[in-house]
Amino acid sequence: MKVLLGIDGSDESMKTLRKTIDRTREADDDLTVVVVPKEAAKRSQDEMATEARDLVTEAGLDLDVRVVTGDPGSTLVDIAERESFDQLAIGGGTESPMGKIRLGPITEFVLLNANVTVRLVR
Amino acid sequence: MSRERVYPEEPAGPFPEPPQTFADKEEREISVVTADESDVDAVTEMYCDFDPADRAQGIPPTGETRIREWLDTIFGEGLNVVALDDDTVVGHATLVPDTANGEGDECAYELAIFVLQSHQRAGIGRKLLTTLLGYGKREGIERVWLTVERWNRAAVELYRDVGFETCGSESFELEMSLRLNG
Repeated sequence: MKVLLGIDGSDESMKTLRKTIDRTREADDDLTVVVVPKEAAKRSQDEMATEARDLVTEAGLDLDVRVVTGDPGSTLVDIAERESFDQLAIGGGTESPMGKIRLGPITEFVLLNANVTVRLVR
Repeated sequence: MSRERVYPEEPAGPFPEPPQTFADKEEREISVVTADESDVDAVTEMYCDFDPADRAQGIPPTGETRIREWLDTIFGEGLNVVALDDDTVVGHATLVPDTANGEGDECAYELAIFVLQSHQRAGIGRKLLTTLLGYGKREGIERVWLTVERWNRAAVELYRDVGFETCGSESFELEMSLRLNG
């Protein structure tokens, strides 16, 4: 299956990336990773792309890690549709102090706008 | 969420402090008292009986192990009150510090209330909420926030009625905030 994974420079995205890499190996998916911009993220887009490439290489995978500009949600949806991906994977939210699941604005946009199947990684 | 949360300028209240005893709409005698780690067993029992259809954003979790893990965190860090019908816990309300964003007096608290299905629509949620806020004020908490699913009209009305104001509505859930002190 052709899967597009959208990540930013957050810890949540690192977790999402690790889980998606595991799943890619299990399912023998064809994965593409896209690093989107995020204000005040822990890692810059380039730092995140470097970490992502390291993790991917460690996992023995050969795949494309791209850095993109523009609005994160709409860019991901656009790439997924234009390049005929089967699935768009993104982080499934963070937890509040109470433990409530909270969806970020990128996830919300993707859920409401993507015409491809969306995978929320938890 | 890195966005700065907005709080009302004026403090809300006054609120009753625990302990409180009252007759609910079904004429049951209910008391609302503070709870600590020694009450976790009794609160766990309530959540084991909780209808999963009333979960909100993943809480309460299901299964005793996960319920206990969750309660360990909120009883370890937060302020808690429970509603008792005889000796059975039928409701629980909690304030959990948002330690990732400021400490001590700077810290805002996230609020949640759960009432067992058998005891809903009897005025217990309101009493739990106001008594928890009275407890929080007594303990020096200044700012409180919560999220609520926007279709949950009864809850939104209740929060608004005790002084919460909507501070974020661009998300799936409605975010509301209240000032207690200062």
